[in-house]
Amino acid sequence: MDIQDYFSLVFSDYTLRTITLGTAILGAVTGMLGSFAVLRKQSLLGDAISHAALPGIAIAFLITGAKDSNTLLVGALISGLLGTFWIRGIITKTHLKSDTALGLILSLFFGFGMLLLTFIQKQPNANQAGLDKYLFGQAATLVEKDVWFMAIITALCLFVLLLFWKEFKILLFDKDYAKTLGFNIKTIDILITSFIVLAIVLGLQTVGVVLMSAMLLAPAAAARQWTNSLGTMVVLAALFGAFSGVFGTAISASQNNLSTGPVIVLVASVFVIFSFLFSPSRGLLFKHIRISANRRDLEQQKTLAFMYHIVENHENISHPHAIKILNNFQGFTRKTLQKLVDKNYVTLNGNLWSMTEKGFAKAANLYNHQTKDDE
Amino acid sequence: MKDTNDTSSIFKDPIPAVKVDDLTVAYNYKPVLWDIDLEIPEGVLMAIVGPNGAGKSTLIKAIIGILKPLAGSVKIYGKSYDKQRSLVAYVPQKGSVDWDFPTTALDVVMMGTYGSLGWIKRPGLNEKKAALEALEKVDMLPFKNRQISQLSGGQQQRIFLARALVQDASIYFMDEPFQGVDASTEIAIINILKSLRKAGKTVVVVHHDLQTVPEYFDWVTFLNVKKIATGPVKDIFNDDNLTKTYGINYKVSIQE
Repeated sequence: MDIQDYFSLVFSDYTLRTITLGTAILGAVTGMLGSFAVLRKQSLLGDAISHAALPGIAIAFLITGAKDSNTLLVGALISGLLGTFWIRGIITKTHLKSDTALGLILSLFFGFGMLLLTFIQKQPNANQAGLDKYLFGQAATLVEKDVWFMAIITALCLFVLLLFWKEFKILLFDKDYAKTLGFNIKTIDILITSFIVLAIVLGLQTVGVVLMSAMLLAPAAAARQWTNSLGTMVVLAALFGAFSGVFGTAISASQNNLSTGPVIVLVASVFVIFSFLFSPSRGLLFKHIRISANRRDLEQQKTLAFMYHIVENHENISHPHAIKILNNFQGFTRKTLQKLVDKNYVTLNGNLWSMTEKGFAKAANLYNHQTKDDE
Repeated sequence: MKDTNDTSSIFKDPIPAVKVDDLTVAYNYKPVLWDIDLEIPEGVLMAIVGPNGAGKSTLIKAIIGILKPLAGSVKIYGKSYDKQRSLVAYVPQKGSVDWDFPTTALDVVMMGTYGSLGWIKRPGLNEKKAALEALEKVDMLPFKNRQISQLSGGQQQRIFLARALVQDASIYFMDEPFQGVDASTEIAIINILKSLRKAGKTVVVVHHDLQTVPEYFDWVTFLNVKKIATGPVKDIFNDDNLTKTYGINYKVSIQE
């Protein structure tokens, strides 16, 4: 299927349209909320919660015997919230730090969930086929009802985010200070965490328990590379997430055997890698360029300083010298010399070089700058 | 502020800015502050000094409600801290914040206005103006759009100070504001503190450098889990109290 086919299909074909919309909305909401998880240094919270949701799904099935997504997701929600509550409890009541607490709850709940799944599998009458789709997601089972639900939750989330924007910002940045201003830290904290749990549960059907944390982290990590403003970061993360959904769905639909969830995650990862490499301020490529430029500047400065050392003892600073003596300076290259000539610090005459007034002045003040400008 | 209809203040002592009674704070049953009774009069520039682990930061945090005390009470101008929050500003230690957070210097200073805005309300032009003025006072206006991780230690400290100044409080609590800052920042900060005192504000500073106490401050509190002494520097900043607080014969211990 090529581009044109895709565009006509995405509007006409119910399934493709639904899945594209669903994954886009999911990507947007997890991108937004993931920004908060990442900035709170609770990046793996998403992983822990999504893994903690598994036993809830299994128990919901065992109790009701129903396999429709709504029932199971309620189970996931309860189990996920319980896991979150326990994580919080471990952190506040023991000496353990958040990474230990997250790891403990993740493995405990997930192990229990897997145990339940295999138990269900062994039941002779229960038709368990379909429960393990929550492990890796099955986007193809999304229906319009699901998408509407996701859209409503996302709109609600957006509304709350905009309403309490400054409260979220100050809680993330400086919790103690926020307390002194009189803000109820606990309430805001619970609000953020609840929304994260909600978004994760929404995404279980599409991306599954195992990969859900990527949807929370990747768009936010990518977005962070491009901006120093919290607002811009959240918007970018939402966009990256949404496009991961759209492209992931498109790619997966165009091939025969590609499962949508993992492809979406891979697309999100590509966004991350691209951002790490190519972002102007933080990207590796531009960092490398800046470092090389600095190194060249340094080479020129040291060469100039060496020449200054030779020249300063002469009465006439423009007295020509042989290029040969520059070879005593270990870092000397012809290229650097040429650059100095280009900058009018030095003039060349055949085999001889001489320093200009400008060059002399520059060299005299090379290491004298006071750090008043750009600290 | 003080109740202007309270004529009893003409005849009695004026209400102290901060009154701490029987304050006790413990971590895991280990006392960090024990039975602290402290009165801070209005308008002083006070240093809290003591050795490491003396509870200096803890005292400030317990007064402003970041830490919960085991026992004791705190009164700000005679009323509970909760009622008087808007009168108090806090400058924390530099290291307590994530400096990689996506925010600019101006943004951080604007956070100082959040308290007076209350829930939901957004900072507007007035708040921005106040923030810019505060940045100007600490000489950081050219850096207003700089991301905070790109600032030096001294600059970060000034941003914190500006954030507190924007609150236009009556009492300022500062936790080691001179720790790790360069000389020009130190001078800038102490000048601001002195101008605050001149304006009638009360400034309480956890201070680590004994050498500069007589020069910078007019009141001092000696703390080592218990309150050793408190009062004007000229009266109580002496070898006797230093020895009682630091546990060594302070003067003799300074080698030639």
